[in-house]
Amino acid sequence: MNTKRKRVLIGKIGLDGHDRGAKLVARSLCDAGVEVIYTGIRQSIDGVIATAVQEDVAVIGLSFLSGDHMALLPKVMKKLKETGLEDVKVIVGGIILPRHIDALTALGIHKIFLPGTPMEEIVDFIKTA
Amino acid sequence: MEKIRKQQESWESGVLKKTLDRSPERQPQFTTESGIPVKRVYTPLDLGDRDYTDDLGFPGEYPYTRGVYPTMHRGRLWTMRNYAGFGTAEDTNKRYRYLLEQGMVGLSMAFDLPTQLGYDSDDPASEGAVGRVGVAIDSLEDMETVFTGIPLDKVSTSMTINATAPILLAFYVAVAEKQGVPQEKLMGTTQNDILKEFIARGTYIYPPKPSMKLALDIVEYCMEHVPRWNTLNIAGYHFREAGATAVQELAFTIADAIAYIEAARERGLAVDSFAPRLSYSLGCYMDLFEEIAKFRAGRRLFARVMKERFDAKNPQSCLFRIFSGSCGSTLVAQQPINNVVRVAMHALMGILGGHQAIHTACWDEGFAIPSEDSARIALRTQQILAYECGLCNTVDPLAGSYYVESLTNEIEERARECLKKIDDVGGMLAAIETGFAHREIQESSVAFQKKVDSGERIIVGLNKFQTPEEDGAGDEAFFEVNEEVEEIQKAKVQRLKERRDNALVAQALEQLEAAIDRGENLMPHIIAAARSYATIGEISKVMRGKWGEYKAPTYI
Repeated sequence: MNTKRKRVLIGKIGLDGHDRGAKLVARSLCDAGVEVIYTGIRQSIDGVIATAVQEDVAVIGLSFLSGDHMALLPKVMKKLKETGLEDVKVIVGGIILPRHIDALTALGIHKIFLPGTPMEEIVDFIKTA
Repeated sequence: MEKIRKQQESWESGVLKKTLDRSPERQPQFTTESGIPVKRVYTPLDLGDRDYTDDLGFPGEYPYTRGVYPTMHRGRLWTMRNYAGFGTAEDTNKRYRYLLEQGMVGLSMAFDLPTQLGYDSDDPASEGAVGRVGVAIDSLEDMETVFTGIPLDKVSTSMTINATAPILLAFYVAVAEKQGVPQEKLMGTTQNDILKEFIARGTYIYPPKPSMKLALDIVEYCMEHVPRWNTLNIAGYHFREAGATAVQELAFTIADAIAYIEAARERGLAVDSFAPRLSYSLGCYMDLFEEIAKFRAGRRLFARVMKERFDAKNPQSCLFRIFSGSCGSTLVAQQPINNVVRVAMHALMGILGGHQAIHTACWDEGFAIPSEDSARIALRTQQILAYECGLCNTVDPLAGSYYVESLTNEIEERARECLKKIDDVGGMLAAIETGFAHREIQESSVAFQKKVDSGERIIVGLNKFQTPEEDGAGDEAFFEVNEEVEEIQKAKVQRLKERRDNALVAQALEQLEAAIDRGENLMPHIIAAARSYATIGEISKVMRGKWGEYKAPTYI
């Protein structure tokens, strides 16, 4: 992680309210000494990006469990670009079909964590991102 | 008892000691999934001087530990009710008819998130979510399509719907009218449990107070007009899925019930007039004995609470009627076909736990909407257990097991302590508003995750017995909702808005708004709006305008 910006935003966009996983990732990062902003559920894309700007984050982690990632992630990446945050790394976790991974990688998603990933692996990845 | 104690002492110093000296046990301590210590062996000593007639009694009689009905599954099997719904109303109608043909007894409707949150399919907020996690219902028209060829006087329908429950119930009542079925005959359930949405699951819209009002509007309306409807299905399942222990799950469920009952009484409703139509939903995790003890303890604790706190006189008010479901979070993405075995265990817990309805999850639903094949296997799992395994020949077959009875007692006691903590913070509404409930559950969730990450809690295929070469296995079998659903649904709702009598819609919505101002029960007005083909987004917009939206506390 670059030394200038150290914060991580963990968020949920779209309408899904299941946040056990997102909260566990946020908590694990906190426990590992990383400064975390957890947005809570049902955030708008614009809202999350505005928070990312305001909090000067290096990484945005988004959790998807309801199948809306293919519709929403292209918009996130576009908005990020428009806002001039190309250097912010976007990582994604949750229920992502294996067949979607290539398309998401092509979109510029930095890393995708599938169900069952140990917390330590996620934390280590983010710390060195 | 003295004889047993002596025998135990000599066993411990003799045979047992010799064995332990030679080969110690696999772990220094054994606990249940929720961390309750488990002893090596249980005997009558563990039950002490507890009285059979006080604690257990007979099925169908207070305190209902052994079951809510006298003959239980000998009289009637539980309702096999698997959760289903996706895509458009047409897609879902086809799946329901398939499941009914395969011998499913009751429907359980899954709605997409826009429907659950009061947005039409063409609302910008709905983008990407239309028809995804359930069926998209915009108006009465979609509901009519879902139930085409399904007579509503023959099936019972459970709806997992909360913030918008009054609207979906109104659609259902209106479909029944069109089918010529009077609402008095309707059978089914609205989950309608908004309190747990503020803590887990997250599909709340309005602040707690108007949300409670809406929930109770259904309770009150159905008392008079839809007497066979289960008005409120108070769900612990979602607490468990959010990370709660079995004890917390039970305590928070009963605390929610207490909050609803108190609010209904404040409204002037007598406990015994509405409590018989309340039902309960709990999850099945992986520890068979703990889950069965939880269900038994739940029945007893609830019955006692109804007597102690509410002086319930009608025996029906004290029945903790349970609908159970496989906890989705126990399903494992690695080697996913193994989930068939896990789900069979969930069904076993539900059957031995004496449930009234059971949902079995599909092996692939950790990834996608279940395919027709996997939905059939989930149903067949229940049928095999019901008809081939001798599970339903006697009531509460695990009663009298020293372990199960001890664990039942222990869970009841611990749940009572947890209830006391909730009382001390001022009840469930306060526990929500202060974030107390969120904190309690999150700490349990963190503790569980640590056990999984450290390997202390083994999950086959995930942290042990992995087969890495199979990563991604099953991908070709995973079902995906037709990508055009969103466009189809948008076009449908737009056509409807052109075709219907818009003056009638406007009038119905104005009347609804006026009824909110007058503080009336809104159900008759919502039904009138439903009949006029007002959409779910339009009806919800009226309420959003009056009550605003809420953001619940969160805690990491």
